[in-house]
Amino acid sequence: MADNSIDHLFYVILWMTGLVFIGTGLAMFWFLWKYDEKKNDGPVWYSHGSHLLEIIWSVIPAVVILFLAIYQMDAWAGARMRRPMLENGQPKPAMARVIGRQFEWKIQYPGDDKQFDTPDDLYTTNDLHVPRDEEVVLEITSEDVLHSFFLPNFREKQDVVPGMKQFLWFKPVKDGKYDIVCAELCGWGHYKMKGRITVESASDFRAWLQKAYDEQELSEYSLAEAE
Amino acid sequence: MSSITADGQATHAHTSNEFGVGEFITTYVFSRDHKVIGLQFLFSTLLWFLIGGLLAIGIRWQLAWPWSDMPVIGPMLFSAEGGQISPEFYTMLFTMHATVMTFLVIIPILAGAFGNYLIPLMIGADDMAFPTLNMLSYWVMWPAFLFFGGSFFVAGNGASSGWTSYPPLSSISEAAPGSGLAQTMWLIALTCVGISSMMGSVNYMTTIIQMRAPGMTMMRLPMTIWGMFITALLQAFALPVLTAAGFMQLADRMFGTGFFVPEGLIVNNSEMAAGGGQPLLWQHLFWFYSHPAVYIMILPAMGMVSDILACFARKPLFGYKPMVYAICGIAGLGFIVWGHHMFVSGMNPGLGMTFMVATMMIALPSAVKTFNWLGTIYGGKIQFTTPMLFALSFVLMFVIGGLSGIFMAATPVDIFIHDTYFIVAHFHYVLFGGTAMAVFGAIYFWFPKMFGRMMNEPLGKVHFLLTFLFMNGTFFTMHILGAVGFPRRLADPYHYETFRHLLPMNQFMTICAILMVACQIFFIVNFFYSIFFGPKAGRNPWHANGLEWQAPSPPGHGNFDFQPIVYRGPYEYNSPEVDEDYYPQTQPPNQRGDTDEPATMVNH
Repeated sequence: MADNSIDHLFYVILWMTGLVFIGTGLAMFWFLWKYDEKKNDGPVWYSHGSHLLEIIWSVIPAVVILFLAIYQMDAWAGARMRRPMLENGQPKPAMARVIGRQFEWKIQYPGDDKQFDTPDDLYTTNDLHVPRDEEVVLEITSEDVLHSFFLPNFREKQDVVPGMKQFLWFKPVKDGKYDIVCAELCGWGHYKMKGRITVESASDFRAWLQKAYDEQELSEYSLAEAE
Repeated sequence: MSSITADGQATHAHTSNEFGVGEFITTYVFSRDHKVIGLQFLFSTLLWFLIGGLLAIGIRWQLAWPWSDMPVIGPMLFSAEGGQISPEFYTMLFTMHATVMTFLVIIPILAGAFGNYLIPLMIGADDMAFPTLNMLSYWVMWPAFLFFGGSFFVAGNGASSGWTSYPPLSSISEAAPGSGLAQTMWLIALTCVGISSMMGSVNYMTTIIQMRAPGMTMMRLPMTIWGMFITALLQAFALPVLTAAGFMQLADRMFGTGFFVPEGLIVNNSEMAAGGGQPLLWQHLFWFYSHPAVYIMILPAMGMVSDILACFARKPLFGYKPMVYAICGIAGLGFIVWGHHMFVSGMNPGLGMTFMVATMMIALPSAVKTFNWLGTIYGGKIQFTTPMLFALSFVLMFVIGGLSGIFMAATPVDIFIHDTYFIVAHFHYVLFGGTAMAVFGAIYFWFPKMFGRMMNEPLGKVHFLLTFLFMNGTFFTMHILGAVGFPRRLADPYHYETFRHLLPMNQFMTICAILMVACQIFFIVNFFYSIFFGPKAGRNPWHANGLEWQAPSPPGHGNFDFQPIVYRGPYEYNSPEVDEDYYPQTQPPNQRGDTDEPATMVNH
């Protein structure tokens, strides 16, 4: 992902909850040590509660929690609501379509005409290539059961629902080959529904598209020839 | 309400040869006595607890030593594959582990076993409001036991759509060829569990509202009863939705309807006929019940822990009313947060924000409860008995489980950790570290009342210590896996390069899990030995205040051998009004109590 907002939020929550846990844990063990029956020979503190304390420990967590909730909202909107735009104000079209099926990822590139389901489309299986430093928009759907398109290294995940067309977007920043994981139970072969996403420079990406397309044409030609 | 039949322990203690066969059956099998039903629930659920634990070991074995020959079980079940398990079998393992633990262990052990046993005793009633309905609520569990149990043996490999049974995988037989009939049986069993819970909850509500002893106002109820009461309300309002959804899925499977099946599906290369439905509809309906069910699985435990903490801190419960309001708050909020299970499901992202705020707000009543528990032990005279140790560990583990919930309540973080081991860690801390530890504590605490004998303390402490250690070894590590993105429900996660380096950590967890199950032998031995040979307990071995401790141990039919009259709340420990450090609810003001004779006995 371009920004590290999810990692940042994770660590913010980790620090906050970590401090709360250490605080409560220390308080608890201190009470247990101090008020052990064998040690404490003073009188018991006969109390049914304190109105003031209840207010303190309701209001402070409420403020902290409300802050945390509001603090998350921008990252959520960025990941799910603010779809990247073209310069003319239209939503950016999908670079590729990803279709989940038991137990593989079918990937479809629209080709030069930018239209899906036309003769110049490129089809691959489990092999997604994306250019670096560019907002990538994907259209994802399923043709049988639920799947979940999970890119652990990109902190990106979206369930793939049959009958629903969804868009997701992210910005790859580092070259390399990463796993595409299916994260929603989809049957006995769920564990092996593995794809691979390759991040490369824009020129390498275009070269790969061309090469893959040529190979596809060649195999179609030779198939026709064989008949 | 029928009149109190005051036959105590003495008149009740028939020897077995006094019974005819018919009498034996009506007394111990088809009994309408809430205590017998409670114990029936207890024994059944403890047996299923063991089965669920062994299923978990199966899961852990595969994650630690994938595709290796499973010892003992492997050669028996998978001789054709040379002793290694199949991915289908693994899918069945985690489906049935969760199913068994949720529907046959945690919910029935809290509501069925402890709810049944404790509600009439703690409110001073002679039985439930509807004893026959109560009996049916246990016996309708048996079709569920048989269908769930039978689903292991029919078809290829048993139900394997996960315990959430998400369609279309669960509603189209072609999508999961190995679980044809088993999945249908799973749905029928789920319906039976729902009927049982519904019968129980109607009964509990009526009993708690109508049958409290004189003087037992709502604000004098022990927290256990408050937990049970709110739980019964949750069940009554949420369960019909799940039952209806279950029938819809059954219809999808059996009659070709399409509630949850969209148009134009191609499954296993064949086109599906039915259509027009929405898979997300099931998720909404399912979680509309199953999120409140999460609180059904914790609120009674919170109540029991509050009682145990106050008793062994020898101090009044800190902030009784805020504790009651917190339980109500958790239950109320519980109805409007189901969507947090669906942040990445494709649900409208705007809704996600609403659900995030509501979900995070649940941390508020949870914090109030935690701080009040700490306030309860502050300034007391703490007795470190086995039930107290379990109750204390409940508090600490619940803090971990509660705090880790904030991570997944935060929608952007949930994008990453959803369906990873972070979630698994979270709910095991709440359900095992929380509820199961509270259940163990409650068994040690109320055992003297149930069986009239004490459990062995040193053995209990060994059981506590080992369980506590190995539990954390197993489940804390899951947080770390989850932070790497390690997904749930994968038969072989090491198929992915990203997760390959996590194998040693999984092996550590598996060893801890095996030891955790193994050390339950201390509990089993202690439990059965103490039933027969434990030292006799009097009416009130812990010097507690609750009404149940004024009845004989074990209480005879009709519970009390006197008419209990309640003068105060249940937490008057170390009250300045009396010399003893406890002040039973039935003891008239300014009368000196006797340790083993209820003060109101004179009325009898």
